[in-house]
Amino acid sequence: MCGIIGVIDRTKARMDGSSIKRALSLMNERGSGEGAGYVAYGIYPDYPDCYAIHVFFDNLIEPKSKVDEVLQKWGRIVHQEEIPTYEQPGLKKEHVPWRYFYKPYTDFIVGSNNPAEDIVKHLVMAVNSTIPGALIFSSGINLGVFKAAGWPEDVADFYRIEDYKGYIWLAHNRYPTNTPGWWGGAHPFNLLDWAVVHNGEITSYGTNKRYVESNGYKCTMSTDTEVVAYLFDLLGRRHGLPSEMVVEALAPHFWDEIDRMPEKEQKLQRTLRLTYGPALMNGPFAIVVATSKGIVGFTDRIKLRPLVVGENGSRLYISSEEAAIRVMDPEVNTIYMPRAGEPVVGRVVQ
Amino acid sequence: MSLGSVPLKYKISIDRDQCMKCMRCVDNCSYGVYRIENDKILIDSRRCTACHRCISMCPRDAISLQEKPVDYRSHPLWTAQAREDIINQARTGKIILAGMGNAMDYPVIFDRLVLDACQVTNPSIDPLREPMELRTYLGKKPARLQFTRDDKGDIELKTELAPNLKLETPIMIGHMSYGAISLNAQLSMAKAVARTGTFMGTGEGGMHESLYPYQNNMIVQVASGRFGVDINYLERGAAIEIKIGQGAKPGIGGHLPGEKVCTDVSCTRMIPLGSDAISPAPHHDIYSIEDLAQLVRSLKEATEWKKPIFVKIAAVHNVAAIAAGIARSSADAVVIDGFRGGTGAAPKVFRDNVGIPIEAAVAAVDQKLNDQGVRNEISVIASGGIRNSADLAKSIALGADAVYIGTASLIALGCRVCGNCYRGLCPWGIATQRPDLVNRIDTDVGAEHVANLIHAWTLELSELMGAAGINSIESLRGNRDRLRGYMLDEGMLNVLKVDPVGA
Ligand code: SF4
Ligand code: SF4
Repeated sequence: MCGIIGVIDRTKARMDGSSIKRALSLMNERGSGEGAGYVAYGIYPDYPDCYAIHVFFDNLIEPKSKVDEVLQKWGRIVHQEEIPTYEQPGLKKEHVPWRYFYKPYTDFIVGSNNPAEDIVKHLVMAVNSTIPGALIFSSGINLGVFKAAGWPEDVADFYRIEDYKGYIWLAHNRYPTNTPGWWGGAHPFNLLDWAVVHNGEITSYGTNKRYVESNGYKCTMSTDTEVVAYLFDLLGRRHGLPSEMVVEALAPHFWDEIDRMPEKEQKLQRTLRLTYGPALMNGPFAIVVATSKGIVGFTDRIKLRPLVVGENGSRLYISSEEAAIRVMDPEVNTIYMPRAGEPVVGRVVQ
Repeated sequence: MSLGSVPLKYKISIDRDQCMKCMRCVDNCSYGVYRIENDKILIDSRRCTACHRCISMCPRDAISLQEKPVDYRSHPLWTAQAREDIINQARTGKIILAGMGNAMDYPVIFDRLVLDACQVTNPSIDPLREPMELRTYLGKKPARLQFTRDDKGDIELKTELAPNLKLETPIMIGHMSYGAISLNAQLSMAKAVARTGTFMGTGEGGMHESLYPYQNNMIVQVASGRFGVDINYLERGAAIEIKIGQGAKPGIGGHLPGEKVCTDVSCTRMIPLGSDAISPAPHHDIYSIEDLAQLVRSLKEATEWKKPIFVKIAAVHNVAAIAAGIARSSADAVVIDGFRGGTGAAPKVFRDNVGIPIEAAVAAVDQKLNDQGVRNEISVIASGGIRNSADLAKSIALGADAVYIGTASLIALGCRVCGNCYRGLCPWGIATQRPDLVNRIDTDVGAEHVANLIHAWTLELSELMGAAGINSIESLRGNRDRLRGYMLDEGMLNVLKVDPVGA
């Protein structure tokens, strides 16, 4: 199971976290109180060009000094602080959430089109796979993930997410079958500008994981959702595919459909499938992916998990349940269910 | 001093109460086990190869066959086989020849791997109700897509696909040459692959005219003897395969005895009638990897870059690095032939002792190519000892794009794996050129049996994938997550990159 919801205000008007907290809590029967989380874009306007690096530290001694050291080696820490948290009776504080506002030294690597992002990606992989007691769970500019093991309302109150204002929010209510109770296992997953919430189980995980590993990513969170963020990063950022096309690569048309398409479209789809076969995601899933430019929601090719879309003016909602959208926005006027594999895209208007 | 005779391998007896003296056994046995004297059927069991032809033709089930009717003193080291081989070589001073695949009792890794299925957390998929995609493309794939924008700002695909073979099911029939097997055996298989949307290899014996109607489903082979190779041949194939080595006899060439080179075979191979066809061990123009790359390119040039080129190697210790070298050439696919691969004739010492199993080889190749970031750019074909749809599914999960079957397709034509192919007397009309024997195969019936086999495995593969919640073959490829090792040691699990059961 698991419940997901995402919202974007296409005019970039910012919303605080209180309504998404209500929406997520409404879907508590899709969760088990062992993981919940939120991501919001546009929350750090004071640091518009710094990577906001959120870390779970097991303690502030060894792991933190190691992380400080590696960050300072590759760039400048503009500011750092403990992420404010507020004790909740139903939530055990397992880690210290910390945040760095960080600028990498871009002249440190050669042969990269986007050195800053490549350095940050490298740091995330390096810290998570080599420094015990430290886990970077959020690493984009002007965005942040807030997650923990607990019920959605407890996690929201623990971070007081109503204090943050963003123009995109994604949230996730977890019913874990893998790694229960581990904070790192809660969603959303984030890498650089990409954040993912996911309901389902990816039966092609082994294949997808090998493919991203083959392209220099390291899967460290022992869960299949992580791989979605890396696939979007690889296809969307590094290969420069538009997000609709990334969705078509991950949940491609069936060959029967492709065979019936007009020549030019057929060629595109065939090339896409052959090139990105190992990126195809199989198994039941509904996913919402966000970047600072918009959100995209989609399901597996035979829609084995629910996904509902709502619209109201500049706001677009994507969720597992219609009721969750209605609780967030009672005025919502259009509600519909996208077809299997069909991407639902909400873009920021420039 | 005489060494005397060794004990019988098989003992044939006829239940005389059941026998109706129809003489089918006498007519069918090409090895001369049966003869008639004074209206009585006499049996020379020493000639029997256990090909089962007589047993399968007897209308009364009157024939019985007993293996090893005479015991040796049992000894764990000096097995009956070891003793007989020595006696044989003491007598002849020759290399021992043997047919079919590796006959040593090595553990079968496939049988220690188990597949996965869905329960509760994700639904299994019913292939009868939902689409199940087995379509497989073999050939070079781009590393990434590239686009340009036209004046209106719309994106245009810039990437051009290299030619790929389109398979409706990831099962192909491997290379068995005309000469080694009969034309009717080849024709049966050609009709079957055309019907099931897949491909077969011609082997290194050229392509006989009567196969031309099926050429779009045939992969032509260029081996070290270059038999039958000319531009006409290359152009007829849907793809071209360079054979470097073969799992049954890595490192050595091939030998088709002159007796098997009849008029038709000599024409197809382009060699004189009755002459031995000897394929040298190495290609005399390939002494290193760059020479191979050159041959790949020459073949591409000759066929105007319209056909995928495969390179087939035997699974040897260093197979992963060799495959990685091949991936760097313009080759489109690498075929890995494991040490259980069949053969018409191989020195027994090679067949039984050289090379490594396909399971480990394919996993190692897949891993190496993945580590080097090029796995999806080249196709990997596994062959050598694939017996059923489970072996097929496991091969794909270990990293193969498709498999070649050889022995399995021969069994579908009647072969009983008696291992005497090199004698040219195959009573099933497969490994022989004797017209009366060849005519035992009705190519339409043969085609139906081979097509049935491919179809049945395809159905089973769909069911296995559906149960694992996978509806497209791409998602099974290299998916070690859906495999577990049962009673495999840690070293082997590590090579296969598979977790043990329960993990
Ligand atoms: S085939 Fe059977 S029934 Fe016919 S002669 Fe031989 S043993 Fe007798
Ligand atoms: S092809 Fe014929 S000779 Fe060879 S093993 Fe099969 S039955 Fe025996």
